[in-house]
Amino acid sequence: MPINSIFRNNGSKAWEETRKLDIVRTRYMKKLLLLGDQAVALGAIRSGISGVYAYPGTPSTEITEYIQASPEAAGIHSRWCTNEKTAMEAALGISYVGRRALVCMKHVGLNVAADAFLNSAMTGTNGGLIVLVADDPSMHSSQNEQDSRFYGKFAFVPTLEPASQQEAYDMMAYGFDLSEKQGLPVLMRITTRMAHSRAVVQTGPRREVAPISFPKEPSRWVLLPVNARKRYDILLGQQPELEKISEDSPYNKYVEGKDRSLGVIACGIGHNYLMEQYPEGCPYPVLKIAQYPLPRKHLEKMAADCRKLLILEDGQPFVEEQMRGIFGAPCAVAGRLSGELPRAGELTPDNVRSALGLPAAEGFAASSLVMPRPPVLCAGCGHRDVYDVLNGVAVGYPAARIFSDIGCYTLGALPPFRAIHSCVDMGASITMAKGAADAGLFPAVAVIGDSTFTHSGITGLLDAVNSQAPITVVISDNLTTAMTGGQDSAGTGRLEAICRGVGVEEAHIRVVIPISGNRDEIAKIIRDEIEYKGVSVIIPRRECIQTLKRNVKKQAR
Amino acid sequence: MKRNIILSGVGGQGILSIATVIGQAALDEGLSLKQAEVHGMSQRGGDVQSHLRISSEPIASDLISRGGGDVILSLEPMEALRYLPYRSEGGWVVANTAPFVNIPNYPDIEGVLAELRALPQAILLDVDAIAKDGGVTRAANIVLLGAASSILGLSFENLADGIRKIFGAKGETVVAMNLKALEAGRDTAQKLKNEK
Repeated sequence: MPINSIFRNNGSKAWEETRKLDIVRTRYMKKLLLLGDQAVALGAIRSGISGVYAYPGTPSTEITEYIQASPEAAGIHSRWCTNEKTAMEAALGISYVGRRALVCMKHVGLNVAADAFLNSAMTGTNGGLIVLVADDPSMHSSQNEQDSRFYGKFAFVPTLEPASQQEAYDMMAYGFDLSEKQGLPVLMRITTRMAHSRAVVQTGPRREVAPISFPKEPSRWVLLPVNARKRYDILLGQQPELEKISEDSPYNKYVEGKDRSLGVIACGIGHNYLMEQYPEGCPYPVLKIAQYPLPRKHLEKMAADCRKLLILEDGQPFVEEQMRGIFGAPCAVAGRLSGELPRAGELTPDNVRSALGLPAAEGFAASSLVMPRPPVLCAGCGHRDVYDVLNGVAVGYPAARIFSDIGCYTLGALPPFRAIHSCVDMGASITMAKGAADAGLFPAVAVIGDSTFTHSGITGLLDAVNSQAPITVVISDNLTTAMTGGQDSAGTGRLEAICRGVGVEEAHIRVVIPISGNRDEIAKIIRDEIEYKGVSVIIPRRECIQTLKRNVKKQAR
Repeated sequence: MKRNIILSGVGGQGILSIATVIGQAALDEGLSLKQAEVHGMSQRGGDVQSHLRISSEPIASDLISRGGGDVILSLEPMEALRYLPYRSEGGWVVANTAPFVNIPNYPDIEGVLAELRALPQAILLDVDAIAKDGGVTRAANIVLLGAASSILGLSFENLADGIRKIFGAKGETVVAMNLKALEAGRDTAQKLKNEK
């Protein structure tokens, strides 16, 4: 029943209010072409969030960028955070005062935020809280392909995994309601092909921001052991209810099929690749899963009805491992662990087709002329000058090891530079150099970008200063978070002050401009600082060539 | 109506702009659409691709299957060859013949072009040169779109409208430049067809 038919036009206040709501609805009930990331962002705006908190990371960056640029997001806090942990905690602060918040990150960012994330399930939430994590199976732009659904289970929180951009949009309102009803954060997991794929989304009206309200049970926010033990019992006690909610979820659907020789469990976008093979409908029973914990009732039915199960999941065999257990499932199970699907890498329509036993699609042979074309540092990029000089200096120190970090400058590992020896996780350059120096390596050099330094390098630098480690830290400062497209960098303009504050001696904080004319000067400075038996920081500073081009264009207009 | 289109090129050449214009035109014709893009690290001078699917029916998968590509639209000749396994029986290849050489082991360009010319359904043109001659150097990507305009299943006028909508915010000059590029591409493809 349309909402305005509940009330007659009697000029009453209720009628007026309803009419206003309808006007707002018509205005927002629009079909829009959106990336999965943008659908999440708009869904969050329309769910009445007070803030989005994030550190940029492919493939999650576009969520926050959309909210920052959206004219209807005025009043929503959307400034970039220093790292995923600070983001998660700020979002929890919003939840504490009874308002809604979205926090977004890439999968490895959840490792950084894990302390706050796991304990937010212990405190529980007040206002709705959604933790959006974008996984990157196939490692298009990442160093591993960890599957965030494990974190959802680990933290005992409801987890959503949309199968379409429309679901990504709709699940924001659903997820915030679920979070508030259960008093728990909700994890929403998407993967690259959802984050970075566009489709038409039907959008709806916007919900008002809730007034500030404090938690009803203040003690659960103070996780002293005495309180935490009580909370943990409550959290564990909620699990059967969460399972029941999953079983009744509109996003988990069991569709019967005539041919029960196989039952297909399709998670998230795995469902799309399945349906692609059967435009007229799948002959087998299908269980689409888009909400966890696993809907036990549906799984039991499928295992009882079908001779064999095939599990399609983008990422790691999260569902498959649970189905197999230690003592095995009651029927045969096929998936990534049994070889029907590859153990690593993302799902594709082709590997799903093959797992279903359908004849492989006929494709033409690849040409033997095609060569790989790896990404490279841009022409004119300051990191190029840094590596050219470092390579020159390293010739004089055959034992030198260059520990690097996450960012554009990781491309310095590839030809023509081949300049770095490590890249592990955000901030590891400084701390690994320190550890290697502790063990006797000389010279130990770290190369880290400005944004990565403020994300997770500062504490490591403090460790190095405290133990007077003889390391040389190069903070290659391009004044932006370049790898993800040029977002603001948290320490711009304050790097020297930060290093001084941490305790690096003034005389050993050296700022240079990385251009070819300065190479000899920079090489001498690097040699001098390598010879200094303490912590030194060299900051080659020149604006990212990409943001420079954009800024010049903007000024020309 | 259904078109599975693979767009390819080198990061920074502008394949996403092509995808956006086709997407807008498809929406205006009331078609379903899905478009998977690549963002992030590979954009830095590496090979980039986008899967664009438009159809009068609902679309399930965001990705195109091997052998399922109706059109391979490439801003770079070697990058066109990279996606041949996606070409369907009877599928088209529309490609720029001007190579983008940023790797030391780039193959002999004559060999690359010979393989492209041997394809049964190919539209091959030097979009960089055509854009330069037409005074629209910055819209070389849209020249390629123009060259493919007759085989995308969308009307030329809708593609032109798509350009007006997508580039409208950047001003009249940018719109006019891209419309000119679209026409130059279409006219060159027509001329190539007549010569055959």
